[in-house]
Amino acid sequence: MIFGKKTLRIVAAATVVTIGSLGAYVAAQSAEPKEKVIKITAKKFNYIPGEVKLKKGVPVILEFRSQDVLMGFNLPDFNVRADIVPGKATRLRLTPDKTGTFVFLCDIFCGTGHEEMNGKLTVVD
Amino acid sequence: MSKPIDRRDFLKLAGLGGVVFASGLPGVTLGAGQDDFYFVQLSDAHWGFEGPPNPDAKGTLKKAVAAVNSLERQPDFIMFTGDLTHTTDNPVERRKRLSEFKEIVKDLKVKTVRYMPGEHDASLDNGKAFQEFFGATHYTFDHKGVHFIVLDNVSDPRASIGDEQLGWLAADLKQQKNDAPIVVFTHRPLFDLYPQWDWATKDGAKAVDMLMPYKNVTVFYGHIHQEHHHMTGHIAHHAAKGLMFPLPEAGKAPTRAPLPWDPAQPYKGLGFREVDADTKAADNKITEFPVVKA
Repeated sequence: MIFGKKTLRIVAAATVVTIGSLGAYVAAQSAEPKEKVIKITAKKFNYIPGEVKLKKGVPVILEFRSQDVLMGFNLPDFNVRADIVPGKATRLRLTPDKTGTFVFLCDIFCGTGHEEMNGKLTVVD
Repeated sequence: MSKPIDRRDFLKLAGLGGVVFASGLPGVTLGAGQDDFYFVQLSDAHWGFEGPPNPDAKGTLKKAVAAVNSLERQPDFIMFTGDLTHTTDNPVERRKRLSEFKEIVKDLKVKTVRYMPGEHDASLDNGKAFQEFFGATHYTFDHKGVHFIVLDNVSDPRASIGDEQLGWLAADLKQQKNDAPIVVFTHRPLFDLYPQWDWATKDGAKAVDMLMPYKNVTVFYGHIHQEHHHMTGHIAHHAAKGLMFPLPEAGKAPTRAPLPWDPAQPYKGLGFREVDADTKAADNKITEFPVVKA
């Protein structure tokens, strides 16, 4: 099933967002992921880890959990974002289609250190 | 006709915001004997901020007030385009900062001062504290034939205007003629200036689409602490400098952290602009001035 960009679908306790190789669609999945899962913790005011390295064309699942308040993961260069709701896992399937270093950030204003809450995604061949 | 503001007066405002003449706005045609008017845009005072990027954190806002007061010809009104205060997680401290800010700007000679929130003022409590001190976060007013629209794109911490306010905007615009001079104030840019630093409004494109049928629209905003000029179709968007610290150009630094204070060149990177226009051509002319008088 294909949804519009940035459409999320809650599946059980997890939100799964799939970004196609062209970043052109988002779909939901309910099956357990086969891809490598990279766990990322969001807490005031950091992503841990703050740097993620991926290979171009290799799909992964980014799994976010917030330790305190509502956060918003945003990776503008891949046109993808998702809410990170405390108490729930937010899963995002990503297949990077370009190499380089890209900024991801929190896009829901979460407090005094909000503007420093960002990280780096590096994609290599 | 009133004496026009001169270059010396502009220099008094160096680094403190924007000066906007009605005759510099598209669609404004002054009749014979009709006075031009101007307003001053001040932005991003971040009252409560402390840190090395501004060793004069307690004094800059007061200097801005004094500079505006020293203008021989006073503006018709002053518009603060958000981030009056620096954010704090403490609601009591937030109100203290808003109160102190209000007390300082009370000394402005110009008594028509309008406010809107920035995300630092409003995003942690959906604008509740701001409204206690300054009233509505979105509203309209008319002044000498110009229709002004204040849009709130910060009270939602997701940086959205929201469908309800967009509906309100649509209803207001329906009342305007196609060639009416319209000025929009926002805090964040309505266009995607640099989403990597959150310099955007998620549903800003919807507002721009609504404004597009109107021939004479200009947008003034803050948030990015620097001059910036951008066109979406025929609509010009102008960003003002801040009153606390400058930020780097979009993408020109690893992060959006404030630029360091340079003791050798205080206020480096700040400046101000004059907006003037050929009213017949409805075409803005932007003149940039350095912050330090040569």
